Amino acid sequence: MTTTPLLQITDLHAGIEGREILKGISLTVRAGEVHAIMGPNGSGKSTMASVLAGREEYQVTSGSISFNGKDILEMSPEDRAREGVFMAFQYPVEIPGVSTANFVKTAVQEMRKHRGLPPLEPAAFLALMREKMKLVEMDQQFLSRSLNEGFSGGEKKRNEIFQMAMLDPALAVLDETDSGLDIDALRIVAEGVNTLRTKDNAVVVITHYQRLLNYIVPDVVHVIWNGRIVRSGGKELAFELEEKGYDWIKNESPAEV
Amino acid sequence: MQAEQTALDELVQGDYKYGFESNIEQDVLPKGLSEDVVRFISAKKEEPEWMLEWRLKAYRHWLTMAEPRWPNVFYSKIDFQDIIYYAAPKSMPALNSLDEVDPELLATFAKLGIPLEEQKMLTGVAVDAVFDSVSVKTTFQGALAEKGIIFCSMSEAVREHPELVRKYIGSVVPANDNYYAALNSAVFSDGSFCYVPKGVRCPMELSTYFRINARNTGQFERTLLIADEGSYVSYLEGCTAPQRDENQLHAAVVELVAHERAEIKYSTVQNWYPGDKNGKGGIFNFVTKRGICDTRAKISWTQVETGSAITWKYPSVILKGDHSIGEFYSVAVTNNMQQADTGTKMIHMGENTRSRIVSKGISAGKSQNSYRGLVKVLKKARNARNFSQCDSLLIGDRCGAHTFPYLEIANKDATVEHEATTSKIGEDIMFYCRQRGISAEDAVALIVNGYCRDVLEQLPMEFAVEAKKLLAISLEGSVG
Repeated sequence: MTTTPLLQITDLHAGIEGREILKGISLTVRAGEVHAIMGPNGSGKSTMASVLAGREEYQVTSGSISFNGKDILEMSPEDRAREGVFMAFQYPVEIPGVSTANFVKTAVQEMRKHRGLPPLEPAAFLALMREKMKLVEMDQQFLSRSLNEGFSGGEKKRNEIFQMAMLDPALAVLDETDSGLDIDALRIVAEGVNTLRTKDNAVVVITHYQRLLNYIVPDVVHVIWNGRIVRSGGKELAFELEEKGYDWIKNESPAEV
Repeated sequence: MQAEQTALDELVQGDYKYGFESNIEQDVLPKGLSEDVVRFISAKKEEPEWMLEWRLKAYRHWLTMAEPRWPNVFYSKIDFQDIIYYAAPKSMPALNSLDEVDPELLATFAKLGIPLEEQKMLTGVAVDAVFDSVSVKTTFQGALAEKGIIFCSMSEAVREHPELVRKYIGSVVPANDNYYAALNSAVFSDGSFCYVPKGVRCPMELSTYFRINARNTGQFERTLLIADEGSYVSYLEGCTAPQRDENQLHAAVVELVAHERAEIKYSTVQNWYPGDKNGKGGIFNFVTKRGICDTRAKISWTQVETGSAITWKYPSVILKGDHSIGEFYSVAVTNNMQQADTGTKMIHMGENTRSRIVSKGISAGKSQNSYRGLVKVLKKARNARNFSQCDSLLIGDRCGAHTFPYLEIANKDATVEHEATTSKIGEDIMFYCRQRGISAEDAVALIVNGYCRDVLEQLPMEFAVEAKKLLAISLEGSVG
């Protein structure tokens, strides 16, 4: 089958403040797939997510990112989001005075506008929010609270998945969503993500640990080290990593010249 | 054109008993200020002798005063002899339809959600005879008269209710209070007068009505509001629509008197022309606003300031009576080259008096935004309490935020709390919003509205909706 991949990253080089962090990343993600990106701290995992989402502090020096057949490197972060790229943040921000409901409503209406859909009526919107909150077992009182203000780590991460559910993206990048979660929260978040999976969307899970992958089972696992994908394989690769540790990869990979 | 203008004014101002007087005259005084000018203004307004004497006394005092230089604002010296102190209401160009109005202005109105008929009023388009302002006013007339509430122009009040004006004018802001108050006292053009009798709760926000009538009150506006014992009134001043004026200097005075157990809620939205991006043009807004509370009375100021090249304004409350309450809620936005020095004064005289200050300053562009507030607790003011929260938000790195809190506490029973924060809209929060499909400009609007929520909540609801949109528009182009 030769369908256009949902995401095609080709020989991507990028960095920050003149320092190269990604040194030639290539990755192909097709609709319906789950990819896991694993690697030790500082290997470039989160940089990859940031570059994909269009964070402006990062400079792309060469390579390309094609999403749904469109070159997205020249697009603003908001346009990439509207095209269907969603990122669940490792550290979601707090916005005082802006209720979760209001924030999500603003985002959803922007998305609908981009897709040529009329704005949702308040009643329909509220019903949709209630439905999606159940997915991550979030209490309705969070809707009227300021976005993420005073939320626990787990509540913030659940709120990310709630937003993912509301925005229905084609590609969701979960950036270390498992960090700081206890086992119950991890399960809830993972079950939420699994419920949202369809044959038309894809998930890229960035994680340090194999743990999350017990719940969100990947089709492909990539190991990133020193700005490059040094190994790809099936889900068993994650177990192998867990067992042998990252030193295994570091020792096997050619040292930087 | 003149006939149309007259018709328009009649329609707006009408012969409504409590309405503004329709006084279309063509004469304009030459530039400059002298005793003769003061006499001329007083004569034009057919004022009684005591009013003229009051003006003259203010004028003579003004001559001995010097322009204040302490505010944290910078501008070239004002030539007070280069100002016209009396001009009949200028006729606005009478247009046939909104199609003839500057599309940019219409776009702004649309963004603010200003009703179509009101857009016409503001731009001087001939309005339908069926325009419901008349019926609105008739409704007002009935409702206010029934309660014995007096609500009229200052000029009318001087003629129709001289005993009230004479008793209260200058009782809160004396004619010699400060340089601009003295100038205003000498030459004040017009403004509003309101008296709410004992025990009466004003049945409506005095707002819509005022908005339509707010134009052409002149550069030296004077407002006097008296709430008699146990009464309540909510008063709304200003307009979210951008207001242009040929007069660069505006020096208004507002006096509020809250008698025993009375409550006055005074809300302002100020959107005078701020000048262009380079700071050219723009209104200088030097305002003296003060209220006095008798026992158990309450005065609450809420202001949203987005306009003017220079804002110099400190709505204050004198807490004279025991158990009285003063509140000040403020959002001041400066963008481009605007300068604002604004805040409040809470003077605790009575026992168990309480005051609360919530100030949100937002600076963008190359603007300078200062909060200046005084909390003064006199010796007799046992158990006085104050809480102040002064927050500054910076957008970009070429603007400035300054806080000048003054605390003068002469009673050791007093509890005075002051909290201040300064924050920036950081990259992280912007990226987060944009990652959710929200444009940078909309993200700033969202964040700023959230930041100002404590203040915006104090506004009457409909007005709060407009004020939110106004904040967004004021900050357009501040990120990019």
